[in-house]
Amino acid sequence: MTVFVIRRLLQALLVVFLMSVIVFFGVNIVGDPVYMLVSPDADQADIAATIERLGLDRPIWEQYWLFLKGAAQGDLGNSFIFGEPALQLILHHMPATMELAFTALMLAIIIGIPLGLYAGLYPDNAISKGIMAGSILGFSLPTFWVGLMLIMLFAVELGWVPATGRGDMGSLLGMESSLFTRDGLSHIFLPALNLALLKISLAIRLTRAGVREAMGQDYVKYARAKGLSTRRIIFVHVMKNIMIPVVTVMGLEFGSLIGFSVVTETIFAWPGMGKLLIDAILQLDRPVVVAYLMIIVLFFIVINLIVDIVYSILDPRVRIQDQGA
Amino acid sequence: MSDATSEVVAVSTAPARIETPFQRFRAEFFESKIATTALAVFLIIVTLAILAPWITPQNPYDLAQVSVLDGRLPPGSEAFDGYTMWLGSDGAGRDLYSAILYGLRISLSVGLASGVIALLIGMAVGLIAAYMGGRTEAFIMRVVDLQLSFPASLVALMLVAALGKGVDKIILALVVAQWAYYARTVRATALVERNKEYVEAAQCLGISRMRIVFRHILPNCMAPLIVVGTVQTASAISLEATLSFLGVGLPQTEPSIGVLIANGFEYMLSGRYWISVFPGLALLMTVVSINLVGDHLRDVLNPRLKK
Repeated sequence: MTVFVIRRLLQALLVVFLMSVIVFFGVNIVGDPVYMLVSPDADQADIAATIERLGLDRPIWEQYWLFLKGAAQGDLGNSFIFGEPALQLILHHMPATMELAFTALMLAIIIGIPLGLYAGLYPDNAISKGIMAGSILGFSLPTFWVGLMLIMLFAVELGWVPATGRGDMGSLLGMESSLFTRDGLSHIFLPALNLALLKISLAIRLTRAGVREAMGQDYVKYARAKGLSTRRIIFVHVMKNIMIPVVTVMGLEFGSLIGFSVVTETIFAWPGMGKLLIDAILQLDRPVVVAYLMIIVLFFIVINLIVDIVYSILDPRVRIQDQGA
Repeated sequence: MSDATSEVVAVSTAPARIETPFQRFRAEFFESKIATTALAVFLIIVTLAILAPWITPQNPYDLAQVSVLDGRLPPGSEAFDGYTMWLGSDGAGRDLYSAILYGLRISLSVGLASGVIALLIGMAVGLIAAYMGGRTEAFIMRVVDLQLSFPASLVALMLVAALGKGVDKIILALVVAQWAYYARTVRATALVERNKEYVEAAQCLGISRMRIVFRHILPNCMAPLIVVGTVQTASAISLEATLSFLGVGLPQTEPSIGVLIANGFEYMLSGRYWISVFPGLALLMTVVSINLVGDHLRDVLNPRLKK
């Protein structure tokens, strides 16, 4: 196990290094950020001064070397636009993204599992067929378009909730979050629902498959024979057996929620890391793009490592040594 | 889906007459009404996209034919030039019906091109892995696993961030984001096929390795490849639209469906829904119809579901 973790971490370092090469050189070839930064009436001297200030006058390999040296000390460079350290800028936007992803995950569990349970218990029912058709749609619909439709329906036509931005912040037990105020909740509802859509479909399918498998098993037959009520069989015996894997798989989807939040945040103007990335790409703010991608790659490697370990605990048939070989 | 499958099984046991495999496949495929309808919808969309220049009232990207006076007209309005804009017009005065058909041309060609290139690369890599075995295989599969641990959307986003805008760049990004799915599929199937007797027989006959891999093993790997190919192409089209919507995919000069939807976004809050909704519906119909066809192909081509 320890060997496996160490080997994976070494492999992770290699991946992050390769990524940094590709992204750094790629990003530094596209466009010319200087003209995004100086005022239109700037003269040659101003432009030259800006180029020198950003370090863009040096050869690209030297820029990369300086970047690597900084990165080793936890400095991923300063944002061209904001002048702040890129890492700090991203960490500053991270709580909003986490909040959104967490809310979406909760929504997926709260909506998806009961629907999946129903569809699993009554598979031939018309409502169940509707639920399953809905989950297929949830998989095929492009997230960004669903986001637009949600804005149109709930914000423009019905006017129930605001369409964009993050609401008032409240604090509870020393934690700052917009989940603690009414205004904040009304702002997070649409983006979280949009982000959750794919995961709701996933939760429905997982729960349904689990329930259908469990209902045919001996322990359920035995519970029936013992004379337990259907309610008790389902909510105590069956749910206990299927909830653990379903909730675990859903939890492991957290990483992909953060990846997908790029789209949702852009549509709903949610001030998180994803929107920061898209703005940085469009404004050619190279250090922020590079820093974001490095962080997200690291993040995924850690999540995947946790996934592999959790799976090996949940399912003893999965041998971690075999995967690491 | 489950009732469609049972129908398929019932039919395949019934006929006693001799059929070619293709005839049997065709009969089983058209057994499903949903899949047949989806295929028809997809073919209609492709036909409309190909015929776009001859069946639309204007070329939305020829500035001489577009008038700002026609901007933001609701569906069914009459344009300055006298034709009816059944789906309304966008902010620059382009007829949306024309813009959607021209947009579909770009979206479909980007999706299909990236799908075919990714399929060819993934197929070659997967076959090499399965046939060579040993270290080569271990290395290739390690790279594939590593890539599949990141969502395809994130891989594509990273690449467009590093490469910039443009048709060639977005195709490259989609190919890199997708090849691993094909490689994994081909390798898994080829591993099974490699140990079958016909391969042994071919080896005994002294047929060259290349010939065995490409003429004997590959044709037997086609069924799962086709299924993965349809689903991946749908997701490529959707992914391209997403990237273009975010403003990091195709430029305004190559207006795919995603660019059209992005253009309509700013008018959405003022209630001019049609500029985003109609291109979105076109995208939706394309993606869902491909997915439904792929879903049914999976049932028909899966040997485990046969008698």
